[in-house]
Amino acid sequence: MNTAILIGFPLVAALLILFLKSEQAKKFALAFSLIELILSIYALSEFKINAEPQMMVNLAWIQTLGIHFKVAMDGISILLVLLTTVLVPLIILSSFSRDIKNPKYFYSLILFMQMALVGVFTAMDGFLFYIFWELALIPIWFICLLWGGENRARITFKFFVYTLFGSLLMLVGLIYLYLHTSGTHSFDIQALYSAGSSLSSPEQTWIFWTLFIAFAIKMPVFPFHTWQPDTYTNAPTQGTMLLSGIMLKMGTYGLIRWLLPMAPLGVQQWGHAAMILSIISILYASIIAIMQKDFKRLIAYSSIAHVGLISAGIFSLTVQGLQGGMIQMLAHGINVVGLFFVVDILFNRTQTQELSKFGGIRNVIPYFATMFMIVLLGSIALPLTNGFIGEFLLINGVYQYNAYMAGFAGLTVILGAVYMLRSYQKIMLGETNTLTSTFTDLNFNEKAVFVPIVLLIIVMGVYPKPILDIAEPAIKHIVELIHPAVIL
Amino acid sequence: MKTLYILTALGVIAMLAEMFRFKKFLLPIVLIGLLGAIASSVKDWNTNIHYYNYMMTFDNFAILFTIVLCATAFLWFMMSQNFLDSDPIAIGSSKTDHYALVLFALCGGMIMVSYSNMVMLFLGIEILSIPMYVLAGSRKDSLSSNEASLKYFLMGAFATGFLLFGIALIYGATGTFDLKTLSYFISSSATVPTWKVSGAEPLLYAGILMMLIGLCFKISAVPFHFWAPDVYTGAPTPVTAFMATIVKTAAFAAFLRLFFTCFSGMGSVWMNTIWVLAALTILLGNITAVYQTSVKRMLAYSSISHAGYMLLAILAMNDHSLGSVLFYAAAYSVATIGAFTVLSIIENHQATRNQQPATVTFETLSGLAKQNKFLSFAMTISMLSLAGIPPLAGFFGKYYIFTSALQSGYVWLVLIAVLGSLIGVYYYFRIIIKMYSPSLTDLQAQPTAVEEKGELLSFAEVGWDLRIVLILTILLALLLGIFPDFIIRLI
Repeated sequence: MNTAILIGFPLVAALLILFLKSEQAKKFALAFSLIELILSIYALSEFKINAEPQMMVNLAWIQTLGIHFKVAMDGISILLVLLTTVLVPLIILSSFSRDIKNPKYFYSLILFMQMALVGVFTAMDGFLFYIFWELALIPIWFICLLWGGENRARITFKFFVYTLFGSLLMLVGLIYLYLHTSGTHSFDIQALYSAGSSLSSPEQTWIFWTLFIAFAIKMPVFPFHTWQPDTYTNAPTQGTMLLSGIMLKMGTYGLIRWLLPMAPLGVQQWGHAAMILSIISILYASIIAIMQKDFKRLIAYSSIAHVGLISAGIFSLTVQGLQGGMIQMLAHGINVVGLFFVVDILFNRTQTQELSKFGGIRNVIPYFATMFMIVLLGSIALPLTNGFIGEFLLINGVYQYNAYMAGFAGLTVILGAVYMLRSYQKIMLGETNTLTSTFTDLNFNEKAVFVPIVLLIIVMGVYPKPILDIAEPAIKHIVELIHPAVIL
Repeated sequence: MKTLYILTALGVIAMLAEMFRFKKFLLPIVLIGLLGAIASSVKDWNTNIHYYNYMMTFDNFAILFTIVLCATAFLWFMMSQNFLDSDPIAIGSSKTDHYALVLFALCGGMIMVSYSNMVMLFLGIEILSIPMYVLAGSRKDSLSSNEASLKYFLMGAFATGFLLFGIALIYGATGTFDLKTLSYFISSSATVPTWKVSGAEPLLYAGILMMLIGLCFKISAVPFHFWAPDVYTGAPTPVTAFMATIVKTAAFAAFLRLFFTCFSGMGSVWMNTIWVLAALTILLGNITAVYQTSVKRMLAYSSISHAGYMLLAILAMNDHSLGSVLFYAAAYSVATIGAFTVLSIIENHQATRNQQPATVTFETLSGLAKQNKFLSFAMTISMLSLAGIPPLAGFFGKYYIFTSALQSGYVWLVLIAVLGSLIGVYYYFRIIIKMYSPSLTDLQAQPTAVEEKGELLSFAEVGWDLRIVLILTILLALLLGIFPDFIIRLI
């Protein structure tokens, strides 16, 4: 098994779908994404738990410039690849009972996006990483543009320019590092690491900010978040799921893989600032989420809060913080897809997302209420759900960094409970009104999306050890690269 | 060198075609001839032969640029059938004249990429320009076409004047037209060059700057760009495509050859000037393009801004300069030909429907994706490539140029260029967004609008030759972007 197959298969599938009939597109898309899932599970079975990148493919690509097609997976990569391959079938399945125009192109773009995402998580060459990074942007931009809500032209454009700005900054940073690699220059990740750590402190500061801004826009972290709520709200449900469930993780993954080891001095000098920004975004987004009237927007802001905590944990530069970040990336990906699916079901039945218009849905369909409750508990990090493990480790990591900051970061648990439980109360509990009394039951496809999500939430919450074990050697390796003296 | 003979012969054949009545076969003859020209220049690879007492050198640089020119011309001949055969607007202009003029212009372009004597540079530019003046005005009854021709001619003559004056001054200072001797004079530190002794240094400096101005006119760098938007807009669209691709590529090759071989030793004289010109060109070109409503005019400004990016490579003056300009020119030509092909298809369609010349604005494009998926896809690829989005050719071109400029330490200029490409995304993406948004008629949803739909542009109306051109541009944009090593390792 090698990594290139995991990247290549979705691309082939995306092209194949273009030649199918429209009615067949979604079934084939689901089948292809399930095959990809099986391939990735097979890759996991071959994976050996150590810090080495495995299943490597290393081909000369642009030899003149020292650029290689080098993809491999270590513990961090394989978990995110699995997140992608688990979520994409669910995302495709979630669209089954919806009427989607031009389905061929829609599913083809989703699979194309999957290719780019797997590429981002496995690229071990700076140039290749950048290419995949940008490639992921094109399909999601088209998904938002072609299947989005009103105002989509303006909103998707803002989204595109914002992220492209970040990417170009990152590209300049990467080229700068590339030009400081020894000998005939190379984009190999190891060469970039050693070039980065050999730079002087002011130079590393520049590298730090170019990369950090790129990743901070993608996540997004305050004050680079202004594109996010509009884009999430306007995108079609599947687009929002892709954006929040997987694409957001490109940013946090970038922090771990590309930023921390590449500018260790820059991180030591400016990590504090990044930490403060992350904690501001936790508080700021949580407070705004409490004020939201629109449920989809509320979840969009909650996503900023969660990712803020992930980023704070990563900048604590401790093994616990990074481990928590890993777990929380997976947990948040699963939970947020569940939450956006709840929004989709609500909108599909009632044509509204406004919290105040709902009420008493639990009386009509208890199954839906239960599923929503479990996803919600995962999201507010109740013990024995997946969110708890992540947040606990993250806050633990931040505490080791600075106790006061951990105090502020910990507020996310309380604030998260406030806005989530409040929205549950408004949607599910209370009197059934005219709008919600006609709420139709979930169909088979919709139930089928919730089952794996709920299972994952509980299983990961009860027994997270395998995930922690897989990630641990790779994370320790990264932490050692930042401060060699600390061995934990 | 045989390439030049082949091209000239093709031009003569094109003129004879009218007389001997084989106009019908002219296109296949020209296309096969161009392929032959490419093949014959490939055969000269690595030979470095000089011709006519060092008037021209057919080195690898010249060969690669010749291939780019001929390949672009190949695409161009296929895309401009409408213009060459049956321009619905042009009256009385004959097909064979167009063929001959374009082929002779191509000969001029070839001389510009392979000269090794400044006299040949001048001749090349003139041979290229004079047919272009005529072609720009080939839509005789159109006021703007006539305006374009006159403007192009006056400005072109003005620029050539500068160039010639520069050549004269340099000759006065050094006593030579030959590039090799000249570079020897300028770079050699061992022997004292004659011009230093005779105190002719200022003459040389002035000469270099005058040549710089003359060439900057040709590549339409700011502030010598004022002719470009009007000429590009006024000339028939295929002619504009020719100007934006072949003329620009040839001018850049000439620019690079002159400054790289001769004046690299005197960077202090002209590098600051080019720094400022490049920054201005990138910023002004991109910012002005944002405000355009006509797609053609927008492409004109975008072509100005692309000249700015290519100036970066000339400034960088390192191992990667030649490769990056070559690659950029190829990538840019492919994408531009694609964009102009789509544009001229839509223009022709509108013109035949309304029986009057059409201006394609952004509004005209709205809803194109609904009418014709293929056209909008081809346009999207071209726009993405021009905007520099990976993995298309335009991205790698930009990347390569930026890297080579950074390598030479032009950090700020690269940042300006990055900013410029970000602005560029705005107008390129506006086209994509327009194409994929519902058009105004769709929004109003009149019942009659549905009937009208039948008249809109369907795939069947796009001729096979145009389809092939568009498919080729899409494939080339992808191939060049994904496997750039094939080209850049050649230099």
